[in-house]
Amino acid sequence: MEALRRHKSMFLLPGLLTLALIIIFPLLFTIRVSFSGWNVSNPQLDFIGGANYTAMLHDSRFWASIMRLVLLAGGTVLIQYVIGFGMALLVWREARGRRLWRVLFLVPMMTTPVVMAAIWQMIFHESLGPVNDLLGMLGLSKVPWLTESGPALVALMTVEVWQWTPFMFLLLLAGLLSLPKEPFMAAAIDGAGPWRTFRKVTFPLMAPVSVAAIIIRLIEASKLSDSVYVLTSGGPGSSTETPGYYLYIQGLRDQQTGYSGAMSLTYLVLMIVTLTVAAALLARAFKLKGDS
Amino acid sequence: MRSRLYPVFKYTVIALWACFVAGPFFWAMTTSFKDVNGVQGGATYLPWLQYEPTVVGWRNIFGGAGGVDVTQPFLNSAVVTVLASAISLVLGSLAAYALSRYRFKFGFIKNSDIVFFFVSQRIMPPVVLVIPFFYLLQWTGLLDTVVGLVIVTVALLLPIAVWVMVDFFNGIPREIDEMAMLDGCAPFQTFVRAILPNSLPGLTVAAMFCAVFGWNDFFFAFRLTFTEVQTLPQAVVALNSSIPPWWTLSAAALFGVAPLILLALWVERYLSKGNLSGAVR
Repeated sequence: MEALRRHKSMFLLPGLLTLALIIIFPLLFTIRVSFSGWNVSNPQLDFIGGANYTAMLHDSRFWASIMRLVLLAGGTVLIQYVIGFGMALLVWREARGRRLWRVLFLVPMMTTPVVMAAIWQMIFHESLGPVNDLLGMLGLSKVPWLTESGPALVALMTVEVWQWTPFMFLLLLAGLLSLPKEPFMAAAIDGAGPWRTFRKVTFPLMAPVSVAAIIIRLIEASKLSDSVYVLTSGGPGSSTETPGYYLYIQGLRDQQTGYSGAMSLTYLVLMIVTLTVAAALLARAFKLKGDS
Repeated sequence: MRSRLYPVFKYTVIALWACFVAGPFFWAMTTSFKDVNGVQGGATYLPWLQYEPTVVGWRNIFGGAGGVDVTQPFLNSAVVTVLASAISLVLGSLAAYALSRYRFKFGFIKNSDIVFFFVSQRIMPPVVLVIPFFYLLQWTGLLDTVVGLVIVTVALLLPIAVWVMVDFFNGIPREIDEMAMLDGCAPFQTFVRAILPNSLPGLTVAAMFCAVFGWNDFFFAFRLTFTEVQTLPQAVVALNSSIPPWWTLSAAALFGVAPLILLALWVERYLSKGNLSGAVR
């Protein structure tokens, strides 16, 4: 018994210690830094109380980036879910060609986001890019995709949808394929049409997978910063900045280390709270729809 | 039951999505065979019709004039990805095996809490971690080294490995462990001789996720390495300037994602429905 106890720890400890060093050290360090006046001209760990946090409360650029992230992440994940679910429904009953769709949907989500963002930046180029070229062929005027705030956000969302809808598709397709057959047979016997079957059977049965897929995507989307860096550099002005990108500017480019520490922690806490609330709301929303 | 138009609708939707997915790759491919004249001719799509194809872009990424040599960044990325994935898989499957087979109880902390502790690392925004990592690596003299980048990348990959493997081990019947134990295997032997050989599908999926995330990391490489160790995403982004040598950038981008596309094609067969749906629950 004693030997078994020693063994089980030996299996777990290496991984646990590695992760603890990698997570707990940075967190404690960031907490300490956030109460210091550490910046580019004063690189030391003095204690200045909550001054960084007070400054942050008045930093409208930070709060604007948070609101923008909520809209961007919420919007793109919703679009990804709708398109991904729709297409999974289109192909799940076909045995033929399913491998082809899977390959088609594996490729975007596996390719390097910053590298693909570099390609998309060329594609959205105002005068030489194919998007405006196609618009021109349709007789529409050119859009300054990356130099005006509205279109820049659309471009950013397009890239996100392109890259991550496949993730939704693959998870939801896997979910659809593992559903039990009986409820569908029962629905068919009751004479339910496709829409009724979807609303009363498919959708409720898919609720757990749906919630999991949406939450996973929200977590990843909340870290959005690499494609912002490549595609728009947060511009024009600061109109496409996400918290991740703004923190990079403050903490690493301008080396306002203490201040960025305070914002990082706030951002992390806000994220955890928002995601927890979102998870609870989603679980409730999906369950309610299933009952009615 | 379904209308006759349904197949038309279905294949139209799929064809449109296929164009959307393949478009950027196709466009980058044609652009990589252009030069100044080809690019300034506007967004031309068919190289053999509208301009003279040239391999100047592809030559540039292997040290040609006006480009960069991406061979070294490619090797750096490969070494970091392989090492970090291997370490994460070893540590991750050991931990996952323990979490799947033994009950842990430290006060109010249970197995599921430990799994959650591993997985919750994915919530950490990279920007929270990067400043402490910077000083940690500076103090240990590992800043701007392959070893340093491997350590940091393990932090990214370990939770993924644990997450996939716990789920997979839970699906392996405990009778296998018991048989091995009866045959006189110690716990570690049981793991190596009886469990690992049965875990190849799970390990493949975990390795794929690790390889993709490791290869795709830009942020940590960007902030924690500068000159000595440049990874491939860094090299590609460095080419991305406002005055576009688009042929070079396109060639480098395609070169950078080619291994992942090949991996996607190869690994698709392992993504049978069981593996992926299991990963969600």
